Amino acid sequence: MYAKTENQLAWLYVLPVVLLVAFNAIIPLMAVVNYSVQETFGNNIFFFEGVKWFEQVLHSERFHASLLRQLAFTGIILVIEVPLGVAIALAMPRKGPWVSVCLVLMALPLLIPWNVVGAMWNIFALPDIGMLGRTLNRLGVNYNYTQQPISAWATLIAMDVWHWTSLVVLLAYAGLSAIPEAYYQAAKIDGASAWAVFRYIQLPKMKRVLTIAVLLRFMDSFNIYTEPFVLTGGGPGNATTLLSIDLVKIALGQFDLGPAAAMSLIYFLIILLLSWIFYTVMTRGEEQR
Amino acid sequence: MARITLENLKHSYQARPRSDADWALKRLDIEWSDGGAYALLGPSGCGKTTLLNIISGLVRPTEGRVLFDDVDLTDVPTDKRQIAQVFQFPVVYDTMTVYDNLAFPLRNRGVREADVDARVNEIARMLDLQATLRRPAAGLTADGKQKISLGRGLVRSDVNVIMFDEPLTVIDPHLKWQLRSKLKELHQRTARTMIYVTHDQTEALTFADKVVVMHEGAVVQIGSPVELFERPRHTFVGHFIGSPGMNVLPCEVRDRAVLLDGQAITVQNPPAAEIGGARAEIGVRPEFVSFDSNGFPVEIVKVSDAGRYRIVEARHGNSRINLLIADGAVLPSEGARLRFDPAYTRLYADGWLVE
Repeated sequence: MYAKTENQLAWLYVLPVVLLVAFNAIIPLMAVVNYSVQETFGNNIFFFEGVKWFEQVLHSERFHASLLRQLAFTGIILVIEVPLGVAIALAMPRKGPWVSVCLVLMALPLLIPWNVVGAMWNIFALPDIGMLGRTLNRLGVNYNYTQQPISAWATLIAMDVWHWTSLVVLLAYAGLSAIPEAYYQAAKIDGASAWAVFRYIQLPKMKRVLTIAVLLRFMDSFNIYTEPFVLTGGGPGNATTLLSIDLVKIALGQFDLGPAAAMSLIYFLIILLLSWIFYTVMTRGEEQR
Repeated sequence: MARITLENLKHSYQARPRSDADWALKRLDIEWSDGGAYALLGPSGCGKTTLLNIISGLVRPTEGRVLFDDVDLTDVPTDKRQIAQVFQFPVVYDTMTVYDNLAFPLRNRGVREADVDARVNEIARMLDLQATLRRPAAGLTADGKQKISLGRGLVRSDVNVIMFDEPLTVIDPHLKWQLRSKLKELHQRTARTMIYVTHDQTEALTFADKVVVMHEGAVVQIGSPVELFERPRHTFVGHFIGSPGMNVLPCEVRDRAVLLDGQAITVQNPPAAEIGGARAEIGVRPEFVSFDSNGFPVEIVKVSDAGRYRIVEARHGNSRINLLIADGAVLPSEGARLRFDPAYTRLYADGWLVE
C-alpha cells in the first residue's frame, strides 16, 4: 500500500508540465476546434454548423491556390537549401583558426529577427534605391518585386535561402565532424574517388542530421509568415500569398472565425501528415539493422 | 610484394622542432623483409602509429626516405602505394553489403566484375564470411567488421604490406584469440608482409616472427620473441616484455667486477673495460632467479599467487627482486638465499646492454 501512495504522488510532480502544455497547446487548439464548427455574427453568440466550414475550405479555389503556392515554395527552398547547405559544409575547413570564423559567419543570418530579415530584403531589393534591385536593373534585368510575380518569388526564395541555408550547413557540418579520420584514411587506401567518399562515407554518416534538417526546414518553411509579410505582404496580387498569409487575411482581415479555424486545423494536419511521410521515408530501413 | 626500407627516418608534428622531445620519431632505420610477420610493440605514445602512417603515406616524414624494393615512395600518395591498413576501430561502408565492401577496393581500381567476384568469394571463404556476404555490413558485430576491414586489404592481389593498428581493441576477449590465430593462419597462407601494431606483449609475441620494440620515438630492439625475452638489449625491453618484467637492480662496477650492495654477481657480459660514469644496472628476469643455499641472503617481503606459479618479492639491501616459484614449491622458512643464473644475468650501462 505504501508503494502505491508513493506512485500517486508522482502525478503531482508532472502537474506543472501538464498545466503548461494545457495552457500553451491543448486549450488554444481546442478553442480553434470550437470555432471551426460554429458560426458567429458577433456579440458572443454562436450557432453550431458542423463540418460546413471544413467542406467550404476544402472546396475553395482560393485555398487550393494558396496550398499550391505553399507546396511550390517549400519544394523549391528544400531543393536549393539542402544540397547547397551540404556543399557549403563540405567546403568548410575541418580544423584550424578558420573553423570558428566560418561558424560565426554561418550563424549570423540565424540570429537576425525574422521581421528584420524581411525589412532588410525589402529595402535591399527595391528597384529604385535598393542595392540589389538597382544593380539588377542597371544590368538590364527587368526586375521589380512589387509588380512582377516572378521577381517577387525570386526575391522571396533568395531571402529564405540566405536566411536558412545556414541551419542546414551547421547541422551537416556537425554530422561531418563526427566522422572519424580512419574512414577517410581507409577510403584513401581503398582508392576511393572524392565522389565515392561522399556517397559511401559522408552522406550515410550525415543521414540522421540531414533528416532533422529537412524536417525542420520543411515545417518552418511551411509555416513561414513574417518574412513574406514584411517583404511583399502576399503580393503583387495574390502571387506570394502563402497559406499562413491567406489564413491571417481570412481570420483578421475578413474576421471569418469559423472558416479560418477550419483552415487552421486542415493546415496543421497537412504539416503533420507531410512531416510523418518525410520522417518515415528518410528513416526507412534503419529498423532492419 | 616488396621489401620495405625506412632510411634515416625522422618525424615531428611541429613545424620547427627544437628539443629532443619535439620529435615523435627519432632517427629510424628499419628494413622489413618481404613476407615477414612483424609486430610493432611499445607503450601508448611511443610513435608506433606515426611510423605506420608514414609507411602507408598518410603522414609524410619530416626527414628520411621510405623505399619499397629500392624505389623511393616518400612522396607517393597512399592510393598509389599498394598497401592496406586495418584500423583500431572497424571501418566499414555502412550502406554497402559485406560483398560490396570487399569488392570496393577492386571496383575503384577498375577490375573486371568477373574477377572481382572470384576474388571476393575467395577472400570471404578465407575469412568465413560467406554466410554474411549479402547482408548489410552495418549489421555485423565488431569482429565481423574487423574481418571486412582485413578482407578489403587481402582482396587486392598487389598489396605490398598489410598493417594493423591495434586491431583487437574493440573485440570481445573470447574472440580476440580466435581472430589472432586467424591472422596468423592468413599470414601463412598468403605470405603477405604484415605489420601489427600493439601495446599488448601477448598479441605481439604470438603473432610475430620479428618484434620491433619502440620506446619514446626510437627503436630499442628488433628480434624474435625468444631473443627479446632472453637477451633484452635495453632495460626497457626487459621491463616491458614479461610478466612480471625483468628485475633491474642498480649496481656498482669496480675493477671489472659487478657488485650488488657489496655482493659480487657473475654476469653473462662482464665489462671489457670500465664503464666510466654511466649508470650501471643488473638485469635478470624473475624466471632466472632461484633460491639457493649458496646464494646471497635476502628477506622475503611478499608472495602472490599468479595461477600456475607464485611471484615472490624479496629484498636485498635497497633492491627489490622478483622471482617465480612453482605452485607447489616450499618457501625457505628463514635465511632465504638467492642465486641469479649467470647465463641470463646481464650488465646494463645507461639502460643499454654492455656489449
